[in-house]
Amino acid sequence: MVGKIKRFFSSFFKIFKKKKSIRLGLYGPPNAGKTSIANKICMDWLGEEMGVVSEIPHETREINMKEHVEIKSDGKSLSFNLIDTPGIATKIDYEDFMKFKMSKIQAQERAKEATKGVIEAIKWLENVDCVITVLDSTQNPYSQVNITIIGNLAARDIPILIVGNKIDLRKSNLKRIQSAFPQYPVVGVSATTGENIEELYEKIFSMVK
Amino acid sequence: MLTIQLVPYSELKGLDQEEKMLRILKIVKQDKLTILEGKLTPQEEALLIQKTMEEINKDFKGIEVCSMDYSSNGKQRWGEILWERIIGLLSSGRKGVTVIGPASIIKQIKRNPKKIEVLTSIRR
Repeated sequence: MVGKIKRFFSSFFKIFKKKKSIRLGLYGPPNAGKTSIANKICMDWLGEEMGVVSEIPHETREINMKEHVEIKSDGKSLSFNLIDTPGIATKIDYEDFMKFKMSKIQAQERAKEATKGVIEAIKWLENVDCVITVLDSTQNPYSQVNITIIGNLAARDIPILIVGNKIDLRKSNLKRIQSAFPQYPVVGVSATTGENIEELYEKIFSMVK
Repeated sequence: MLTIQLVPYSELKGLDQEEKMLRILKIVKQDKLTILEGKLTPQEEALLIQKTMEEINKDFKGIEVCSMDYSSNGKQRWGEILWERIIGLLSSGRKGVTVIGPASIIKQIKRNPKKIEVLTSIRR
């Protein structure tokens, strides 16, 4: 009898638990393609983009959220709030922005905003339920930023899916990411060409369930 | 010339996380490559990045950082396992080192994955 009551209350509360929107965060270093992936997801399921993409690092300098993104795969559907975060870095040099034809004042302003963005992104680790860590598959995955992001998510018991972006590029090496983080699921995609994006959706379902 | 400063774990032991990060940054901002005895926890690493971002200005561009665990992975004899455990207990489970340098001098710290290579931008 006691067991039955417990089960009743457990399923009763689960109904409310399920109603809470899942907050799916996109984390990673600058220029890995977080916003490109967010745009791809939003274009596929909402028909609109989420943010501006640029070759200049730290284009996303504020947290952006798209609510009620509903994806479907294998007859199942999943709704979540998608959170695009600024790239996490350990250094920001305004002179790097000047290489992209910015004036000194513009570059300094961008650097200032970028530092605030990094701080915000780290603070938001407290507010996400699961995370897609976006890495550039053409780059060395053994960077401290990648290890710090994944270490922090693991310490908070936040489910992680690693996405190796830019698999359309010749230098892409997904195996290197898999051997760097063997304990986490890794999926290779190209946000630009849409290659393998279906597998990403399947992995999101597996991560959230 | 590059100055390397070794910071023993005991030097940071009584400090809270924030004080610890500020102490580390103070040394790094003196253009020293800092070798910290013990690995920072992921939360400390995140806090170090946050504090670094707060300190960035036209003179201080940030840091390069790399933590490495030196616990062995291969087959070990029981004596080695015991020794590793003792070292772990004495260092509060912080086996390893953390290398931190100012981004203006340290171009990159490469982990490969059981080796740390520090690439500087100092010209001879």
